[in-house]
Amino acid sequence: MIELIKQPWHWAVAGVMIGLTVPTLLLIGNKTFGISSSLRHICAACFPANISFFKYDWKKEIWNLFFVVGVLLGGIIGSQFLSNPNEFIVNENTVKDLKALGVSDFSSMMPADIFSVENIFTLKGLIFFVVGGLMVGFGTRYAGGCTSGHAIMGLSNLQLPSLIATISFMVGGFAMTHLIMPYIFKLF
Amino acid sequence: MTKANKVEDIIIEEFVCEAPNNQVKKESFASNFKYLIVGTIFGIVFVKAEIISWFRIQEMFRLQSFHMYGVIGTAVVVGMISVQLIKRFNIKTLSGETVLIPNKTFNKGQIYGGLIFGLGWAITGACPGPLFAQIGSGFLAITVTFASAVAGTWLYGAFKNKLPH
Repeated sequence: MIELIKQPWHWAVAGVMIGLTVPTLLLIGNKTFGISSSLRHICAACFPANISFFKYDWKKEIWNLFFVVGVLLGGIIGSQFLSNPNEFIVNENTVKDLKALGVSDFSSMMPADIFSVENIFTLKGLIFFVVGGLMVGFGTRYAGGCTSGHAIMGLSNLQLPSLIATISFMVGGFAMTHLIMPYIFKLF
Repeated sequence: MTKANKVEDIIIEEFVCEAPNNQVKKESFASNFKYLIVGTIFGIVFVKAEIISWFRIQEMFRLQSFHMYGVIGTAVVVGMISVQLIKRFNIKTLSGETVLIPNKTFNKGQIYGGLIFGLGWAITGACPGPLFAQIGSGFLAITVTFASAVAGTWLYGAFKNKLPH
């Protein structure tokens, strides 16, 4: 059994489990699923700076912070105790495309060429960590949610604004991957 | 001055949380641990289905793998059926309350913000959820991405009124 769990999970298994998070949170405590709100609660709790957007009773929403601490713990458990003993597999066309851009490490879930601690104070770090992170935090709050709040929770509840947001996420991602990323990799 | 009055004092604009707690009944601090457990399972799924991988996100945006489309598509279908069943049969929460799911209202932020997030998603290979699981998985450089995401959220809050919505 444990050997089976250690294999990479099929998309259908993951999809069902992520989908079931929606009714689970609703039924155990009337909570609407959404993860990016945790970033707002962190701002409200730590750096409210007299900004009205961060003046609210964040303690009422503390469940969301417990949830994301859980996600972090899940990351530790999944990688420390349940990690895949076999080679990490990336689609061969993706490998070819990324090699052409200059990515050389395909041995784990994040390429060490980019996502290593040594890169934090480099131009790569500035673009992939600092600018990327800013866009994720700014964009999700501007959009009123992320993949979980809009694509999963919002679409589950048949919300048109969430469909518009989800399409925008995808358009942004395609634009970055195909139009902008080739220029970014030329910088290194 | 009661505690309730004090809370009202600090709320200036009407607070709309996009992932709200709609439970009327007060919860004890300890009862929050059930959300920690749900989050932990969620995080394990993120790692085991390799959703936290930058490569899986690249495969998705290059249309070279069905994996992420399968994950998100299945999650949406399962979520949709669940929500419809809860509404149809008026299934109550554990504490006996009616399930409340706020409707989302359209504003242009969903397009502008959505595009900005999409650009960032393809660079970082992470939405906010996977960020936490990536850090947990030992990719410590992602702590910088996470701190930047908090800063990005803060910047939105600071400049919200100057942005088109």
